[in-house]
Amino acid sequence: MSKKLKAAIIGPGNIGTDLLMKMQRSDWIEPVWMVGIDPESEGLKRAKEMGMKISTTGVDGLVPHVLDDDIRVAFDATSAYVHAENSRKLNALGVIMIDLTPAAIGPFCVPPVNLKEHAEKVEMNVNMVTCGGQATIPMVAAVSRVQPVEYGEIVATVSSRSIGPGTRQNIDEFTRTTAGAVEKVGGAKKGKAIIIVNPAEPPLMMRDTIHCLTESEPDQAAITQSIHDMVKEVQKYVPGYKLVNGPVFDDRKVTVFMEVEGLGDFLPKYAGNLDIMTAAGLRTAELFAEEAANGVIKLPTR
Amino acid sequence: MDLKGKNVTLHDMSLRDGMHAKRHMISLDEMVNIATGLDEAGMPLIEVTHGDGLGGSSLNYGFPAHTDEEYLSAVIPKMKNARVSALLLPGIGTVDHLKMAKDLGVSTIRVATHCTEADVSEQHIGMAAKMEMDTVGFLMMAHMVSPQKILEQAKLMESYGANCIYCTDSAGYMLPDEVTEKIGLLRSELSANTEIGFHGHHNLGMGIANSLAAIEAGAGRIDGSVAGLGAGAGNTPLEVFVAVLERMGVNSGVDLYSIMDVAEDRVVPMMDHPIRLDRDALTLGYAGVYSSFLLFAKRAEAKYGIQARDILVELGRRGTVGGQEDMIEDLALTMAKEKGLI
Repeated sequence: MSKKLKAAIIGPGNIGTDLLMKMQRSDWIEPVWMVGIDPESEGLKRAKEMGMKISTTGVDGLVPHVLDDDIRVAFDATSAYVHAENSRKLNALGVIMIDLTPAAIGPFCVPPVNLKEHAEKVEMNVNMVTCGGQATIPMVAAVSRVQPVEYGEIVATVSSRSIGPGTRQNIDEFTRTTAGAVEKVGGAKKGKAIIIVNPAEPPLMMRDTIHCLTESEPDQAAITQSIHDMVKEVQKYVPGYKLVNGPVFDDRKVTVFMEVEGLGDFLPKYAGNLDIMTAAGLRTAELFAEEAANGVIKLPTR
Repeated sequence: MDLKGKNVTLHDMSLRDGMHAKRHMISLDEMVNIATGLDEAGMPLIEVTHGDGLGGSSLNYGFPAHTDEEYLSAVIPKMKNARVSALLLPGIGTVDHLKMAKDLGVSTIRVATHCTEADVSEQHIGMAAKMEMDTVGFLMMAHMVSPQKILEQAKLMESYGANCIYCTDSAGYMLPDEVTEKIGLLRSELSANTEIGFHGHHNLGMGIANSLAAIEAGAGRIDGSVAGLGAGAGNTPLEVFVAVLERMGVNSGVDLYSIMDVAEDRVVPMMDHPIRLDRDALTLGYAGVYSSFLLFAKRAEAKYGIQARDILVELGRRGTVGGQEDMIEDLALTMAKEKGLI
């Protein structure tokens, strides 16, 4: 009897396919279904070739098979517009939803900061914030767990090729959601987020700068240690997460400069912003599976 | 060049682009003083915000002396004829800022993106147009791509609802022939109802010459800055430009002596440093680097002992775009490590 939880991926685009490739290596999650809406789509054809069952009629095509195939977790890589419906239908069948869209119906999840809490509560819907949030909030939290942070600000620079039309049409959603999570998860009293799109060729690696203003004189040794520890935590699921420079201390300002290199599964290595989303989403599901296998949490009964 | 009888709308940048040169620390009194002087001189449009636009207040770009709300609320009620514009960079500011600016009486919103990323501006341009504002699409760092690419991106902004498109020489890198080619193509291919604008920087001393080339090629709006107060070696100095326009018989509606006096009596005395073409500002123009990087690079030089010129040239080589100010300290740290300085 496998300890692995069986999973469905909704949205066979770049994110969904990358997630599938990572999942095939997982000790805890077994991909079974790929859900799309266009039978002719490359993504669905690819998923079929990779041995997945496919739905070409959206989540409705998956629903009748959820219990028979024992689907326990689903990853939504579609859009904020359809996520709520997808989540409602699958939650009703006891499927835990990992939301990679900006819908944010459920609480924000940044694995090294608050995943354990969500797993303990068996949250049925967790939201993975944004790519910029996954790359930067661990650093804000690394400072705020040492001493209070009055203001946290993150600057995410991503290559033009790595951001799709959805993000572009609603870039305000990125800045608002990320700023909110810098506060709620990062622990800053006030948060701000900035995103810069750079079209250079060859494409640049995702870069992130994190600035924190501490309320009192920063404890340099403790913050430096905390940041290095946190980098190691993130590297467990994103090996290419790298501290390039810093922390730099300037009065009450603490600054770190990060680079995020992806694993290069389906997405190119420079798209660390997308890789950190899929890796964090998978890491989240894996912890639920581990805790369930160890009897720490109980999944919804069937 | 014969421009006789042409009309041009001048747009002053001293209270927005000039914020870069003042590290965003212009006082409310200084702003009102300069804006009222410009209004009296007949300047039709005056831009007021943080140097990086609405919502630019940040550790990354600098906290300003006052909020955008405070600046706009102080200046707008004092204007007799001039209209006030605000800049907005999607990714930094949001439609919430845009609505705030509209509520405070801003007439013109300028939505700025890097010259290849116009599609991040759809929601902001759409909202401004829907609110019936004078809506401008502002394509920055326009020297980095071909005229055809600028046109493609301009058409996107036009399709979202912009009634004016700017070709923006953020690095002060362009020479007049390039301005002619890019503005000319926009003028011939965009709708006749869409205005064309040019925003220059003086980093190669080309502010005036490029602006004239832009008018000749069909631009109806020209940005500049009284006393040149702006990022890098400043913007096209407007008092100089007004004198040149007057000699060439171009109508701007701005009174020459009045704007000369605003420059000399109100702007120059409050400058932190002379706005001139020093070697670092020249490097911006030569290497094609975003003008507001200037003071950041100078500070990095002072802190880490790496020449600002070397930092700027490397940033140009890497294809850095507007808003990437954080890369300056990052790069200086990396270069200082390589040299064994830290």
